[in-house]
Amino acid sequence: MTRVHDMGGRFGDGPVQPQADAPVFEQDWHGRALAVTLAAGALGQWNIDVSRHARERLSPKDYARFSYYEKWMSALADLLVETGVLTQEELRGADPAQTALAARKLTACKVHETLAAGGPADRPSSIAPLFQRGDRVRTRRIATNRLVDGGHTRLPRYAAGATGHILRYHGTHVLPDSAAHGLGDAPEPLYAVAFRADQLWANPEHAEDEVILDLWQSYLEPAS
Amino acid sequence: MPHDHHDHDHPHALLPPDPALRVKALETVLTRKGLIDPQALDAIIDTYENRIGPRNGADVVVRAWTDSAFKQALLQDATAVVSKLGYYGRQGEHMVVVENTDQTHNMIVCTLCSCYPWPLLGIPPAWYKSDAYRARAVREPRKVLSDFGVSLPEDTAIRVWDSTAEIRYLVLPQRPPGTEDMSRTDLMSLVTRDSMIGTGLARSPDKAGP
Repeated sequence: MTRVHDMGGRFGDGPVQPQADAPVFEQDWHGRALAVTLAAGALGQWNIDVSRHARERLSPKDYARFSYYEKWMSALADLLVETGVLTQEELRGADPAQTALAARKLTACKVHETLAAGGPADRPSSIAPLFQRGDRVRTRRIATNRLVDGGHTRLPRYAAGATGHILRYHGTHVLPDSAAHGLGDAPEPLYAVAFRADQLWANPEHAEDEVILDLWQSYLEPAS
Repeated sequence: MPHDHHDHDHPHALLPPDPALRVKALETVLTRKGLIDPQALDAIIDTYENRIGPRNGADVVVRAWTDSAFKQALLQDATAVVSKLGYYGRQGEHMVVVENTDQTHNMIVCTLCSCYPWPLLGIPPAWYKSDAYRARAVREPRKVLSDFGVSLPEDTAIRVWDSTAEIRYLVLPQRPPGTEDMSRTDLMSLVTRDSMIGTGLARSPDKAGP
């Protein structure tokens, strides 16, 4: 039931290799990949949760061997076909058919405005917050999507079944478990939840260090 | 939407394997279909190469160092405060700023993907997106800090923020001692990108570059 992208706490990856002065895009195609992805996203055929899930659905073999922007490109190609924006034949190089979607093309003069507008994820919700700052909560025992078997979720495996306390309330936000699967925004209360390191790890560096995660109310239950 | 496939069903397998050619192929088909404007792509790249980057974050940090009312407002409602400075936008719609003190050091990661506060820091560096950082920052932050040449006092607690929702975090690093008389411009040069992610500290003035 796990996915390869859910790598928090994993062993064996070796040192982090900081680079102070690398260019923003180390290869020209990296910038192009980012830009194609943003421009295709602006067509409005999917939301950010669908697009994250498309990267996570790459096979573990592809996810592990692809570089960062290769994941983006591959997931984008998959999404374009799945949403019917492109056909497989067009992807293979056939002459593309014209489409009414072209009216939504992101033009150069709209780029600044579009990036500056962003895409906020807070929404009004009829679900009242159950928890207050300081309340002790426990996360779902198994980090899994409850709406779609094997679907997208934002509860990392390392924090499943852990007890922590509410640090902040963020308001009501789109639930990725729903929005990634075309099931609606389903907004609900979102909290920053603090976990002591010794709640998460067998051999923490310092028991009192903390990891904070942003978690939706339906990921949580009251803990004593 | 289907949520799983076998490898051979993935449409991306229809594209050339070389990544640069793969990008080119997608850009070409989308352009021919009237769905992408290549000049818009140039404008997006220009935005993140030249206009939006860690200088935005450093501006916010220096304002917080030099204006206590600004700092209080920033820690209370970062989104409202940075929006007024023009630092609102994609991947920075819901901002929270967390302050480093002698007692607490904050570090930001996204273990599930690579969420990062774009309007304040730009596009994340390769190491932030690496498997090693994503895997290790939550379990052994002190060892990760040592990869960056940073060691903290034993009695400083670490808080690692895993960006699992659309909230984006920026670390407010501690102002180095001996900087009381420095100009805004000189202070800006002390605020590194890594100090705002929490994998570094602000530079000491004697170690700052020219």
